[in-house]
Amino acid sequence: MSELSFENVSVRFGTGRRALTAVDGVDLTVPSGSVVGLVGESGSGKSSLARAAVGLHPVSGGRILVDGAPLGRDGRVGGRRPLQMVFQDPYSSLDPRMTIGASIAETLPRDAVRGSAARRDEVARLLGLVDVGAERAHMYPGQLSGGQRQRVALARALAGRPDVVIADEITSALDVSIQGTVLNLVRDLQRRLRLSMLFITHDLAVVRYVSDHIAVMYLGRIVEFGPAEQVLRDPRHPYTRELLAAARPGGSAAGPTGASALPAVVADAEPADPHHPPTGCRFHPRCPVGPLVHADRTVCRERDPAAAGHPHRTACHFVTVPPAPPHDPVCHGLAEPPAAATATG
Amino acid sequence: MTWRARWRGVLRTPVGASAAALLGAVLLLAVLAPLLWGARAEAVDTAQILRPASGAHWAGTDALGRDIFSRVLVATGTSVRLALAATALAVLAGLLLGTAPLLLGPRWGRLVTATVNVAVAFPGLLLALSFAVIFGAGARGAVLAIGLAGAPAFARLVQTLTATVAGRDFVAAARVAGVGRVRVLVRHILPNVGEPLVVNATIGAGGALLAFAGLSFLGLGVQAPEYDWGRLLGEGLNGIYLNPAAALVPGTAVVLAGLAFNLFGEAVAKGFGVHTAAPRRARRRSPEPSVPAVAPAGSDVLLHVEELRVSFPGPAGPVTPVRGVSLSVRRGETVGIVGESGSGKSLTALAVARLIEEPGLVEARRLDFLGHDLREAPTRAVRRLLGTSLAMVFQDPATSFNPTRRIGTQLAEVAREHLGADRRAALDRAVDRLRAVHIPAPRRRARQFPHEFSGGMRQRAMIGMGLMGSPQLIVADEPTTALDVTVQQRVLRLLAELRAAHGVAILLISHDMGVIEQVCDRVLVMYAGRIVEDLPTAELRDAARHPYTRALLAAVPDLSTDRDEPLPVIPGRPADPAAPPPGCAFAPRCPLADDHCRSSDPALVADGAGRRVACWHADRSPVGVAKGSA
Repeated sequence: MSELSFENVSVRFGTGRRALTAVDGVDLTVPSGSVVGLVGESGSGKSSLARAAVGLHPVSGGRILVDGAPLGRDGRVGGRRPLQMVFQDPYSSLDPRMTIGASIAETLPRDAVRGSAARRDEVARLLGLVDVGAERAHMYPGQLSGGQRQRVALARALAGRPDVVIADEITSALDVSIQGTVLNLVRDLQRRLRLSMLFITHDLAVVRYVSDHIAVMYLGRIVEFGPAEQVLRDPRHPYTRELLAAARPGGSAAGPTGASALPAVVADAEPADPHHPPTGCRFHPRCPVGPLVHADRTVCRERDPAAAGHPHRTACHFVTVPPAPPHDPVCHGLAEPPAAATATG
Repeated sequence: MTWRARWRGVLRTPVGASAAALLGAVLLLAVLAPLLWGARAEAVDTAQILRPASGAHWAGTDALGRDIFSRVLVATGTSVRLALAATALAVLAGLLLGTAPLLLGPRWGRLVTATVNVAVAFPGLLLALSFAVIFGAGARGAVLAIGLAGAPAFARLVQTLTATVAGRDFVAAARVAGVGRVRVLVRHILPNVGEPLVVNATIGAGGALLAFAGLSFLGLGVQAPEYDWGRLLGEGLNGIYLNPAAALVPGTAVVLAGLAFNLFGEAVAKGFGVHTAAPRRARRRSPEPSVPAVAPAGSDVLLHVEELRVSFPGPAGPVTPVRGVSLSVRRGETVGIVGESGSGKSLTALAVARLIEEPGLVEARRLDFLGHDLREAPTRAVRRLLGTSLAMVFQDPATSFNPTRRIGTQLAEVAREHLGADRRAALDRAVDRLRAVHIPAPRRRARQFPHEFSGGMRQRAMIGMGLMGSPQLIVADEPTTALDVTVQQRVLRLLAELRAAHGVAILLISHDMGVIEQVCDRVLVMYAGRIVEDLPTAELRDAARHPYTRALLAAVPDLSTDRDEPLPVIPGRPADPAAPPPGCAFAPRCPLADDHCRSSDPALVADGAGRRVACWHADRSPVGVAKGSA
């Protein structure tokens, strides 16, 4: 498997006043054979980054490299496509008029698997790999359940012999009882095949379960990146902390009682409009350690925080140790920059 | 549904059957008539010139003494053939123009689209006439004229249909797989737009037939000695006072054949678009006499539901997604309903709010809100009661407001409708309510339209709308599912705040145990249209007794899940509401199920403390759920 890296990648939609910079100068590396979880809310640009990587939307700045070789405009390197993607909704990502076998066969590289018998065998092998059963190759997507469809979508992505697989919210359209089987499969396949994966989700518990590293994205930028356990145990960016608080039942910063641990100005701040991103640090209008609370911290409004040099490459002017527990002895060794080295890999 | 079943469905309707028969007859005649009556139609008989209709000549004879009826029959071949040729041309040109934007890329595509749009705006008949002049009078010119005149409309249709399909994920997936543009078009897009195209081509053929008759009638179409219906009509019209049949018979032929194509196209469109096979109605029936124990209807019970059933007509008999739900909500209580999609949780909520519409059928032994029976047709008083005391919050805040009206006006409407407030007072209250749900600058915001609000703000405004009256109960159906986690917290906090401040009861429907745990006192777990467990939220993690509840809790990873173990999963798939299993609906997926479970459905039994559970094995010590593969 291979390494995927984004170098200062930007993705823009539209022109003029309606223009929207969905991804703004992102640097991110998916090391070979590991899973990087990309977390963020809707509008953070995580899906735009994925779609740009597979060539569904042009990159307007920067480069995307696979093992050091830059991707072309159509997502190819030297005639082949090193990236494959699994989409969010298995009800719309499979052609309803095509048998699942034909859908998978379509993705097989033509020169690697020759002859219809060989292709059929390969489709059967891939279906077996995702526990669907080769005898279902002649079935249509309409005859399968949502979980089975998502497995087929996974098999189709693997059929392209990708160097890196991008999974875009692949469990969020599934019922909770089905979600687990797909997550188990992803983890199992990733370990058996040593897949490199970019796993996009909004669910921290899911990302924690499958990822080795976590990147947190906010309004088109990566605000924190580091080993999964460390980022979750010792989050450095105030936005990461807010996400974690919301995901932790009971322990949320904004408890059910209506009493919020956050200052009222922060709790009542509205989410930013991606069409009109704030100046300076993009998180400052709702940041609990920024100018809303500390009036003297005007630097947040004026300058972009640099990520380099901070633990977890945290893009914040006031990176602090979290005010409240949980503290973990393991994390303290991490106060120094080595995390940045992991990131740029 | 398969193709064959749909075609059978089309042919089973009276219109479909008669149109198909008529079309079959026209096509058969087109093939056979020239063979059978060709000679007779050509036979010149100078002794019988311009005779009126008679026993020997049903429609009389023409200027050369030829039998007009035979000529009309034989002309079927020419007319239908030319109409089909023109249609084929229109379809082909339309397909090329319509798919060009996909094949050429955005820049050239826009040019083609603009050209087509201009052509569509140009009247078709005028286009045909000018083409006929350019290509010269004659059958070939007329085919080109009518074909090209029909092309823009078809191209527009193809563009619209393909653009819709091209935006779907499976096309994106094919592109990521490296499939080329032409192959994407042929393999993925065209098969998925084929049905409407075929239907429209059929209807288009009827139109082409009429247009052709028109051109020939004007002398721009088929030229002598060839003839078609339009020509025969033109010739017959000259002597209409002497022999009306000479004009009426070809006229009737045109009308019948045109009808055959159009009706058949319409029937197929209806059959393939909206499924119209007459569904069998659910019949009103008296509920089963089984009496599940519910908290007695004391004075503090706000909502009391017993044996609620919701059914919808389906092609194979009524489907009952809610099968006997009994629940009660006390004043100021927050009750959560949790379940997977298809469990009937949302329909239960809608039934309580009286929002199930025909042909859905709501039945219940009791359905009381604030002591009023909601099963009866609502009187004015009850409608006002519902409008002011019960608030409903839906999942998708983007669709629950009218996009063309200002937020403030929409909120004010509630006060005007149910409280009889005047315009100014109603608007003031709307602003006040927006402030209550923490919308910043409420007076300015009230003048804005829904699209100017963010998702979380819209959802809060929706709750604000519920607060226009003085609600005793808020029914919230997946209120945070469409929202981001941090925004979700604000909505949940708002609900909790309202409850604390005003003692509003909340019925919260969600698939997310975390959300329910954060807000609710008590949780009802639904599976396949029934409540399978009812217990205090505090006991959910440790004291749940139904295997489904336990499995559901275990299947969701949280921030303390062991990363080295596979997630526990629930094997199998959720029960189909159209065909619930005979015994316990969860039995096929349950690790504890035995033959008794598979044959008889456990009742929801209450223990002394108000907990309820529907399981034959509720007393068995908790057993780990099946781990690993599903």
